[in-house]
Amino acid sequence: MSLLRVEDLHVRFDLPHGGRLHAVQGVSFGVDDGERLGLVGESGCGKTTALLALMGLLPPTAEVDGHVEIDGVEILRGGEDAMRPSRWTDIAMIFQGAMNAFNPVKTVGSQIVEPMEFHGIATGSAAKDQAAELLRLVGIQPSAADRYPHEFSGGMRQRAAIAMALACNPKVLLADEPTTALDVMVQAQILQLLVALTKELGLAVILVTHDLPLVTQVCDRAVVMYAGRIAESGPVDTLFHDPRHPYTRLLFEATPDLTGDVDVVSIPGAPPRLDRELVGCPFEPRCDRAFDPCKVRTPALMDVAVNHEAACHLNDATVMAG
Amino acid sequence: MSASVVDAELLEVRDLVVRYPIRRGLLAALRREPRRFVSAVDGVSLSVRPGEMLAIVGESGCGKTSTAQAILRMVEAESGVVEVEGRDVTHLGAADLRPVRRIMQMVYQDPYESLDPRFRVRRAVEEPMVIHGIGGSKEERERLVLEALDRVDLSPPDLFVDRYPHELSGGQRQRVAIAASLVLDPKLLLADEPVSMLDVSVRAGILTLLDRLRRDGDMGVLMITHDLSTAAHFADRIAVMYLGRIVEEGPARQVIRAPQHPYTKALLSVVPKRDPRDRTEPQILQGETPNPVDLPTGCRFHPRCPVAEDRCRTIDPELHAARGAGEDHRAACVLV
Repeated sequence: MSLLRVEDLHVRFDLPHGGRLHAVQGVSFGVDDGERLGLVGESGCGKTTALLALMGLLPPTAEVDGHVEIDGVEILRGGEDAMRPSRWTDIAMIFQGAMNAFNPVKTVGSQIVEPMEFHGIATGSAAKDQAAELLRLVGIQPSAADRYPHEFSGGMRQRAAIAMALACNPKVLLADEPTTALDVMVQAQILQLLVALTKELGLAVILVTHDLPLVTQVCDRAVVMYAGRIAESGPVDTLFHDPRHPYTRLLFEATPDLTGDVDVVSIPGAPPRLDRELVGCPFEPRCDRAFDPCKVRTPALMDVAVNHEAACHLNDATVMAG
Repeated sequence: MSASVVDAELLEVRDLVVRYPIRRGLLAALRREPRRFVSAVDGVSLSVRPGEMLAIVGESGCGKTSTAQAILRMVEAESGVVEVEGRDVTHLGAADLRPVRRIMQMVYQDPYESLDPRFRVRRAVEEPMVIHGIGGSKEERERLVLEALDRVDLSPPDLFVDRYPHELSGGQRQRVAIAASLVLDPKLLLADEPVSMLDVSVRAGILTLLDRLRRDGDMGVLMITHDLSTAAHFADRIAVMYLGRIVEEGPARQVIRAPQHPYTKALLSVVPKRDPRDRTEPQILQGETPNPVDLPTGCRFHPRCPVAEDRCRTIDPELHAARGAGEDHRAACVLV
């Protein structure tokens, strides 16, 4: 049984001018203790929305459906009451640009202590000691707890944001683009830290990014999302060397590589709008392998190998046979 | 190498220094404490030939954007020379500078900010011609606008001229911004992180476009990027900057495959590779780039350098041809 199990997750937003936007359209995945899972795709593919749904942090205009289980306990069905005990204690999140989300007039240490006291994990000097321990864990001198966010560099603030997310000993850490605003060397330091946390604490990490090489270097498995759905998922090695969805292959081809001498090619067009019903495969207009059935039939996510699934008619013998 | 006109430098920068004063507090001013400066660019020399793409690579604060701004005279250099087509532009007055600015165009990082949201594509692309008083009649300018849109692959141009920026995708906006430069027929394009705000799927398109423009039109491109992979793919030469200095410079392939400076080596080792089988042990430098106000003595990289020796504390190494590498591959390290 997975530590975190997401089953058929749907998120729909009511739009202000009427109509609905189906941002996440039936997404299922799981993570185990100590595992690092990548969630990749272009902007607007629903990856951040899916994470916010797991945290119960979407606005009231969002309608969330599906199952989310942590250690076998359903947390989504019961609404906010079922979610609240889990948020930050079972499942925590580092938001995109989290390093800029600190309160500028409070010390970094007090902001790490705050969630501990709120959730009754520890109070007073015990909480302070734990905060110091967390700072050491993420590579910051514990004495820096008394300093203010502006005295920290970008990289240090991101480390502190990770420490804050870990304040209540979560089992799963959701990291939304944790390194986008950082320099490569600092990025490498933060990724090294995330890997160390999974190894030392058995923490499960879901890394959300548009940067495929980041995922292939850091994660064990990855889920490739497109237009609110899973296009393909599997071990990162398989996704690179044996992609079974053209989108996965094209995403890799669009990414420049240090050593690669092959040309990089952009993917023509743009993702479809999600405020209307999609007919056929959502990637069909941009796909270099599309054929007639793709226009009318929506491919289902199916197993193409052990631990490897893809939603593409090219893998479906019955469709290919016509 | 022949000394034909084509081989002459389009842009030549020598010993460029850009310093920004730090605001003193009132107390410090009363105490007559010396004014302090940030050395953003500290003796940078580089050149770009027609049709060539040079990439300046480095982390934030290394001085790469200040270098570009000083070349365009958007900030004034403390010292040093900027020559465009052999002409020293460092001290030109505003009136003389305008025609020089016309042939040096900048493409900015964020196409969401660089286009006026109230201007249709037609006006955005036409405006530079109006400002510089070129393009002739209204009809002639319209023709040039359509031609420029076609060159940046916004075709058919008729479909795009009447749109507003909000009706365009990020990649299309960046193409419009490039078209607005092209109508001035620039000789040099300075592109500051031209794709970092764009989605992965469209980045390659913009980079390929810049690549084609310089190959077809003899236009030189100075690209500023933090992304070594992008530089490796598209540039002819790469200059790596650290704390206001170029620490290594050479043909792109050589810099990537046989890096000489310890900083370049470390930087290359932490670039994530596409292929999971290429996972390498990243050589992670501890700490972060020091504050350019208090520069380290000797080699400015020595406090973080994994192979620093005693002499690195005192010797400030010059950029010189690396032993065992080609004449045109230089590094600023006493060990190479």
